[in-house]
Formats: sequence, C-alpha cells, structure tokens
Amino acid sequence: MKTTRVRAVLRKELREYRHNGNIIYAMAVVPLVFIVQPLVEIFTLKTSAALTLRHEDSLLYLLAIPALAPAMLASYGIVGERDQGTLEPLLATPIRSDELLAGKALAAFVPSLAIAYGIFGVFVAITELFARPAVAAALVRGPEVIAQVVFTPLLAGWSTWVGIAISARSKDVRVAAQLSALASLPLVAVTSLTAFGVIHATLRFAVICGVALLVLNRLALRVVASAFDRERLITGAK
Amino acid sequence: MQPALSVHALSKRFGDRVAFNDVSFEVGRGEVFGFLGPNGAGKTTTVRTLGTLIAPTSGSALVAGIPLIPENAVEIRRRISIMPESPGLYLRLSVIENLECFADLYEVPEPHKRIARALHAVKLDERARDLCGALSKGLRQRVALARALLNEPQVLFLDEPTSGLDPAATRDVHELITALSHSGVTIFLTTHRLEEAERLCDTVAILNTTLRMLGPPAQLRTQLFATTLAVRTRLPLPDPDRVFNGLPSVEAWRRDGMGSYSLTVSDPTIAAPAVTRALVAADADVLSIGESLHSLEDVYLELVDNDANPPLGRS
Ligand SMILES: Nc1ncnc2c1ncn2[C@@H]1O[C@H](COP(=O)(O)OP(=O)(O)OP(=O)(O)O)[C@@H](O)[C@H]1O
Ligand SMILES: [Mg+2]
Repeated sequence: MKTTRVRAVLRKELREYRHNGNIIYAMAVVPLVFIVQPLVEIFTLKTSAALTLRHEDSLLYLLAIPALAPAMLASYGIVGERDQGTLEPLLATPIRSDELLAGKALAAFVPSLAIAYGIFGVFVAITELFARPAVAAALVRGPEVIAQVVFTPLLAGWSTWVGIAISARSKDVRVAAQLSALASLPLVAVTSLTAFGVIHATLRFAVICGVALLVLNRLALRVVASAFDRERLITGAK
Repeated sequence: MQPALSVHALSKRFGDRVAFNDVSFEVGRGEVFGFLGPNGAGKTTTVRTLGTLIAPTSGSALVAGIPLIPENAVEIRRRISIMPESPGLYLRLSVIENLECFADLYEVPEPHKRIARALHAVKLDERARDLCGALSKGLRQRVALARALLNEPQVLFLDEPTSGLDPAATRDVHELITALSHSGVTIFLTTHRLEEAERLCDTVAILNTTLRMLGPPAQLRTQLFATTLAVRTRLPLPDPDRVFNGLPSVEAWRRDGMGSYSLTVSDPTIAAPAVTRALVAADADVLSIGESLHSLEDVYLELVDNDANPPLGRS
C-alpha cells in the first residue's frame, strides 16, 4: 500500500469538505443538540445528586457520538463517487482498492474523531464551569474520561468501516446513508445501556470490548478491500 | 519492435449480452488507431477492458507491452491513461485541485510542472483556479484530457474526445493528438466523427460487436468499393451504350443525371485516357473526367447498414 496515494485521496476529500463547509457543520450540529438537554439537567442538579451520579457511568452516553458521526461521510465515500461519475477515472489510475478504501476511511474517520473529542471537551468544560462542583466531580471521573478517550477512536473506526462497506455495495446515496446510520445503532445501544447502568461497566467488560473493536478495525481494511468489486462498481446498474 | 497494443480474440459478455466478441488487432507504437462503430458496438467496453477496469470474458491482450492479467493491472494503469466518455471531474474542486489529486495518484515527479504542461496543452492555463462545476461541457472535457496527459502515458485511450467540442477546440484536440503521436504516444481513439478518423488515424477498425474491418482508411475504401470515374458532358450522350460498352477498361456504367455518368473501372489510369478518347470520337463536349473517391463515411455506412439489414439467408 502506497501512502502517497492514500494521502492523495484524503487530501482530495478534505478539500471537498472545505469547499462544501456545510458538511462538517451539519455533522457537528446533531451531536451538539444531543448534549444540550443533558447539560441543562446537570446545571439543575443539586449537590445531593452527586452520590447517585458517582455510581453511574452517565458520561459514557457521549460515546454515541463517535458511534454515529462517521456514518454519513463514510457511507457517501464510494457510492458518492459513483453517483458523480468520478469513480471510473479514479479507478483508471494505478490506485489499488486498499489504498482507495484507506483514504476514504481516513477522510470519514478524522473529522468524526475531531467532532467527537471536540464535543466531549465542550461537555466536560461546561460541566466543570457551570455545574455544582460536587456534581461535576461525580460526573467527570478518571476512568470514565479514559474510557471516553480510548473508545472514541475505536467506535468511530468501526462505524467508519461499516459505512464504507455499505457504500461499496450500495446503488443509491440515500439508501447507503440510512443503512449506515442503522448499522451504527447497535453500538449506540451498547454505549447507552452502559451509560444508563443496564449493562454494568466493569474493567473486564471494557477490555473485552476494546480488544474486540481493535481486532475488528485491524481486519476491516482487508475484508472490505477483498470484497471491493471494481467491475461491478463501474458497469453495474445504478 | 513490440506493438503497443496486441489484442487476440478478446471478448466480453455481460450475462447473455455480448458487448464485443472475438476482437483481434495490433497497434504499433506512436500510431493513431481509430475505433469506429455505431452506438452500442462495444467501443467503450473495449476501452474499459484494455484499461483493466473490467475483465475480459475470454481472449488475451498485451497493453503497453504487458500481458492483460489481473496481477498486472496496476503496472498497466501506470503506463496508460484513459479519457472516459464523460469527464468525471470533482465539480466542487478547482481545475488545478483535480489535476493535483491525479498527479499524486500517478506519483508523477515534479507534479506542478506536469500540471502546467498539461493545462497548456489543452489551452486552459487561464482557467486553472476555476471550479470545475463552473466550466462549460467542452471545457470540462479539456480538463479530462489534461488529466489523461499527467502521467505521460505510453498508450492514451480517448473515448470520443471531441464530442461536444466547438470546431476550434476540435482542431486543437486534433493537433494535440497528432503532436502526441509524433512524440511516440500510441493513441486509441474512439469516435463517431468519420472525417476525424480519416484525417488522424493510421489504422481504422470498424466494430459492430465483432470487428468488421481493419486497415488504413485508404485501404478500406478500395477494399469495399470499386473505383469509379465520374464523367460529365455538356449535353447528354445520344448513345452512351455505344461509347462505354466498347471499352475493355470499363466494367459497368450508370447514368447519374443529365450528362453525368458513373463508370466502374478496375484501373483508372488506363480507363481515364481511353474514356476521353472514346468521348472525343463520339463528338461529345467533355466537361470533366475524374476519379470519385469514397469517403470513410461511405465505407462505414455500407458496413453498418448491412449489419442493420442483413441480407436474407445470412445467419
Ligand atoms: N454494464 C453493462 N451491463 C450490461 N450490458 C452492458 C453494460 N455495459 C455495456 N453493455 C452493453 O454492451 C454493449 C456495448 O456497449 P458500449 O458502451 O461498449 O458501446 P459503445 O460502442 O461505447 O456505444 P456508444 O457509441 O453509444 O458509446 C451495448 O449493447 C451495451 O448495452
Ligand atoms: Mg461508448
């Protein structure tokens, strides 16, 4: 795999985002709305609530953001090129399938990661500044922050690969976007159930999930690349 | 010297539909090869197959000297480039951003020099910063052509490069094709413009699912049509039968209008003087005698019309 060609795809994608700035804003708006209500609730919490908060993992609720954010960009990746008629000239260059897919995946992953970390940062900062100190301390705890930092790229990576895989098999841009969002929901469900205490977040559970996601992310490129059917993408019905 | 393209019994089927069948030809280095045929003849599919975008169903080929097999696809794509039927530009990016992306994908050395040269070749230096989405159809086509020049290909596939171009831009593309072929680039040109093929191509192939004819344009004409002499006299001949039938060099004749005759001859250099003498002897006022040339268009239409209305009894 040639990094120059991966970089060429990534740079092109980032340039397209820049020319079409709304994409990234649109990606950030939904998760921002998503944190408004919890923040309002946190501001109104009394110090006494800290005791219960201390035994919950509410912060993990924010992991839904990296699980969902890449879906839109990733699902557009291949089917979007096809839709615009740009896939044929692209595939006519010496680019290999894994190089193209890696470039596309990075292009969805990088902004998603930035958005997820950014919103997490905003959430923590606002909590620390405006919530009662005891509430903030109960909510923002070391292990939770570490889990957030570690799981954000793992979840975003997985969701990116699912989106890219769907994109490479879809005929329609909108269908691909919907399917990718749908495919991210199981991850959102797991993170939410953990946040609400239905699944008990132990260190063991975290390690198992972390290792599983790491392995899946490592295998994803190879699996998606081997299923990448250049001929069907060029000649198949649209 | 090894040919730039060597195609042997190549076929492509999409399920039951045959896109092209049993196609064989060779193209030498630096040649311009014209690939003609009606809509749906299989031209684009042939280009895609030779360009490693799709796999042939059967047959074999050497592209830029390399066997056309999946393992060689990347190496083949490095040495060729394709200008597809539709330009396929990133419309939200500028012309130069489009070219930069492809220069990187081809890993060309000194990309900015190459890009400048490619833009200059298609006369788009002034529009480099424009967004592709803001360009007209013809200008987009020229960007696609510039993109195909970036890797300085050994074989350049042009799929209808001048469709939709104005006459001046068409002439520019023709000049570019000629210049490229002089510098040793092999050009595979599919086109519906027969005068373009006739003017530019060393060899022409006429495809209608199978290869119907192959050769230099002049040869195709003589292969398909007998030579004719066009004769015009001031007044109609009173008895043309007597004038023409007596001449051994004239195989047949027909009246084309008042004082206008078409003579089928085997060798015009023998027939023309004999016809002139016979006409003078018959006291006719001769206005002109000349060899009438069939155009490539006549050849093409003859072949393609025959395919469309096969004579009875043909399978
Ligand atoms: N993906 C496909 N699936 C099924 N049939 C196809 C496909 N692509 C092309 N064909 C068929 O193969 C034949 C050749 O098509 P092709 O596009 O190569 O023709 P062409 O000579 O380039 O025509 P045009 O002059 O209109 O560009 C046509 O009958 C076409 O319908
Ligand atoms: Mg075509």
